[in-house]
Amino acid sequence: MPSSSVEEPRRDDGSGEGTRVKIYKSPKGLQEEKAKTTSNLPYLLLLLLLLLHPSTLPLLHFKLAAIGLSVNLARERPSFQALPRKAAVPLRVSSSMATEVMEEKGQAFDSRKAEALVRDLRSRFEDGRTRSYEWRVFQLKAIARMVKEREKDILGALMTDLSKPELEAFVTEISLTKSACKKAISELKAWMKPEKVKTSIITFPSSAEIVSEPFGVVLIISTWNFPFLLSLDPLIGAISAGNAVVLKPSESAPATSSLLTKLLEEYVDGSAVRVVEGAVPETTALLEQRWDKILYTGSGRVARIVMAAAAKHLTPVILELGGKCPAIVDSNVDLEVAAKRLMGGKWTCNNGQACIAVDHIITPKSFAPKLIEALRAGVEEFFGKNPTESQDMSRVVNRYHFARLAKLMDEDGVSEKIVFGGERDEGKLRIAPTVLLDVPGDSQIMQEEIFGPLLPIVTVDKVEDGIALVNSRPKPLAAYLFTKNDLLKQQFVQRVSAGGMLINDTVLHLTVPGLPFGGVGESGMGSYHGKFSFDAFSHKKAVLSRGFVGEINTRYPPYTPKKQRLLKALIGGNIIGIILALIGWNTKE
Amino acid sequence: METTVLLEDDLEDMRMYYRSGKTRGESWRRSQLQGLLLFLKKKEGEIFEALAQDLGKHPIEAYRDEVGSLTKSVNYALNCLSEWMSSKKAKLPLIAILTTAEIVPEPLGLVLVISTWNFPIGLSLEPLIGALAAGNCVVLKPSELTPKCSFLLATALPTFLDGKAVKVVEGDSTTGERLLRQKWDKILFTGSSRIAREVLAAAAEHLTPVVLELGGKCPVILDSFSRSWDKEVAAQRITWAKFNACAGQACIAVDYVLVEERFIDEWLELMKTWIKKLFGENPKQSCCNARIINKHHFTRLRMLLEDPKVQSRVVHGGDMDEDNLYIEPTILLNPPLQSAIMMDEIFGPLLPIITVKNIEDSIQFISSRPKPLAIYVFTERESFRQRIQAETSSGSLIFNDVIIQYLADTLPFGGIGESGMGKYHGKFSFDTFSHHKAVVRRSLLVDFWFRFPPWNEQKLQLLRSAYDYDYLGLLLIVLGLKRSS
Repeated sequence: MPSSSVEEPRRDDGSGEGTRVKIYKSPKGLQEEKAKTTSNLPYLLLLLLLLLHPSTLPLLHFKLAAIGLSVNLARERPSFQALPRKAAVPLRVSSSMATEVMEEKGQAFDSRKAEALVRDLRSRFEDGRTRSYEWRVFQLKAIARMVKEREKDILGALMTDLSKPELEAFVTEISLTKSACKKAISELKAWMKPEKVKTSIITFPSSAEIVSEPFGVVLIISTWNFPFLLSLDPLIGAISAGNAVVLKPSESAPATSSLLTKLLEEYVDGSAVRVVEGAVPETTALLEQRWDKILYTGSGRVARIVMAAAAKHLTPVILELGGKCPAIVDSNVDLEVAAKRLMGGKWTCNNGQACIAVDHIITPKSFAPKLIEALRAGVEEFFGKNPTESQDMSRVVNRYHFARLAKLMDEDGVSEKIVFGGERDEGKLRIAPTVLLDVPGDSQIMQEEIFGPLLPIVTVDKVEDGIALVNSRPKPLAAYLFTKNDLLKQQFVQRVSAGGMLINDTVLHLTVPGLPFGGVGESGMGSYHGKFSFDAFSHKKAVLSRGFVGEINTRYPPYTPKKQRLLKALIGGNIIGIILALIGWNTKE
Repeated sequence: METTVLLEDDLEDMRMYYRSGKTRGESWRRSQLQGLLLFLKKKEGEIFEALAQDLGKHPIEAYRDEVGSLTKSVNYALNCLSEWMSSKKAKLPLIAILTTAEIVPEPLGLVLVISTWNFPIGLSLEPLIGALAAGNCVVLKPSELTPKCSFLLATALPTFLDGKAVKVVEGDSTTGERLLRQKWDKILFTGSSRIAREVLAAAAEHLTPVVLELGGKCPVILDSFSRSWDKEVAAQRITWAKFNACAGQACIAVDYVLVEERFIDEWLELMKTWIKKLFGENPKQSCCNARIINKHHFTRLRMLLEDPKVQSRVVHGGDMDEDNLYIEPTILLNPPLQSAIMMDEIFGPLLPIITVKNIEDSIQFISSRPKPLAIYVFTERESFRQRIQAETSSGSLIFNDVIIQYLADTLPFGGIGESGMGKYHGKFSFDTFSHHKAVVRRSLLVDFWFRFPPWNEQKLQLLRSAYDYDYLGLLLIVLGLKRSS
């Protein structure tokens, strides 16, 4: 057994030190990867035994020992230091890129430039270049390759912008982008196929299908909290649908923004996919143009501006917003698991700076103390005694948001409700995981989306009251429930409206490619992910074909009572009536 | 002022009623659809009467285009409702064991339907079918230009339905503006693209999703045919679709025709013959034609024709009678492309025919103009069909017929670009008025410890394998038999 003693996992390269560009795989790697995804049911079952809980580990250890394997699984945790976190930080713009950026900055991107850009892309689209299956798949494969080859650069940019822990960035940004890309590549042919639909006797004889066609030139405005994923995920949809695209990444995540510019230019067809960097003036210039579709991710305030601008050109929009996503926690849950999953949806989810992060918890009064204790213990386990020092948590994105969050915490009537946490380090833009108990309902922290590491717990007498509480607020993007009570689950699904909902966990529903991701009401409109992305960027053209036989004169004037009878029979689908009317039998009204 | 207060109170009541959950159940939805059916049956005579008074529509045309097509749609919705309402399971990878995922359709809440005057009953109730089938509360604002129909809807319709969930608000543009200031969960607007921009801008204020059903210049591409029967049928269908569907005042009516130069004489003759067959020697006396909706539109159409450069191009018809708001079925040959008649949606019984050198040129002709709601193509050549399907864009594309796409429940009805956004009819109506909620249920039993910090390299390896669905790899890493991928 070569590895009966587990060695420290080591990086196989010394990279990250100086150079960051490393191209290690050809497109062939992609196919290999695809081949690997076939399922392995027997292993899965065995895995299940192993992976359940940390609490099963001793058991596992025992079992393995029994069969003569001395594997010390407990080792995996404490001894680890190897991730070259610091090495990844100094991602500097390479010189060629710096000049590019300078050029862009030098001449402001104004309406005139935006207009020229759109004109250019429109003529490219009209060439038909982006419509072919080959073009689309080529771009998608290039993106997949880009994510694979430049993983380090991407992780580095995310570290610079958000101090996002590498592993978290890998899970949320890299992996989800990769799987979105893979799915699109493997299913694109099927998606593009016209969908045959049935026709009825009224239009007989005929055949009908729904044809997906690209909208044309589309705009994607992305945001800073998952600056990579939320740029590329929509881009993958827009490209798979065959559109020409302009991507405008967020200026609040500048390293990722410039990296995206550089990478996309390098990997995809720049004549049909462009990146425009910038802030308000650039976005304004872009929004003045006529687009065929706009996907915006961000806040409700800006969404209103985007939609009003779109109204001038009758452009359909998809708005991916947020909201105060609640988590109702029943008292009958497995406390440790629930607490971990709640934390997974808050502090390890970009430190709460996510549109589907848990905003606040609603729980019965009697259960709140236990939950708080579990959270307190969990925070210590996850982030140590000094969470503001922890490298396993993202920081607050910038000063503006730091000040906003500080203000939420410092409000009179709120600050004294902090049960743990509250430490902050303005220099490092870090705020510790903070739990607050029963803050006033009219305080700012309960009015706006928190989007940070503050977690208010609202107590109710009975857990069922939580549903009414959630319904009294604008519809959130996600709603969570932890319970073992099936009736409560059912009520929750039936009575609570939210973009999506997840029972007994947080955030994970985002990773299910068969589900639409999008909000309702204040949390947005339209949805994407997987095939829904393709559909979001495709126009569904109704195509109906008829022949010249079987012409029935009923629909043509001059009108006679017989025609009326026949029409009625036709519309009612009444075959006997049709025959009777046709042979002129049924003469009375 | 007082009415504003009343309206807001009414809407608040409706929201309360929606929140009570009454409208969500399948039985409630069914009862509303049956109520609609009963309305159409019991009030058929009154509907015909109102349409005759407002638009001079013949009862059979009224039945064909409005009552009948609505009956068909309600029946279809009743048949399919259970299936539409059922939630759809989404596939999950094996690794997500003990997890289920589904898409649950749920109503949006309080929705607004703004309808228009050319099919005042059809375009009011067709969206209503979808809104009610999806379990919403609805406010319907019919057009003030068809006052008899509007009145009939306002007085009679709520008595057949749950009056707490369905309200009809009559009024002109001020009422419309007032309605648009309110917060809705969805707006479906049918009308012109000018007003649509105002609707969309107003909706932006409340982040309300909008379906816009507009129009545009829907062209016919007329290829040549080898069989004379096919030519006859094509000419019949085109003349009918232009002049008979509410006298050309329909969003999917034929706007103009493109033909190849060398066939023009033959087609012209055929069309003239068919106008005679359909409407008689003296079409003015024909029972079978709707009139122009009002003086404003009559004047608009007259202005289109009175442009001297256009007037000289009239090859058939052209007779007008302002008192009776009548315009004869009129054909024009090659009016200047810069004239208003070729720039604006005509929406009346004037049919320009444009000749092209080669029928393939029509693709370029259409693509260089705003996207229409429908493109009609008469051809027997498969290769030409393929080209048109791939190279033009429109709400719908119909080969060898006209208008009937409106009746196909299985096809989405809606525009793109200047011809609108969003779609309805059949299940698409239900979907338009539903939110498709993603629901995932997990068990508290299974959990992967490597989901949570503190982070380390082994967790990263495990996650890599998990995301690649590489179960063997996962197992090996757990057992310590594999180090890095």
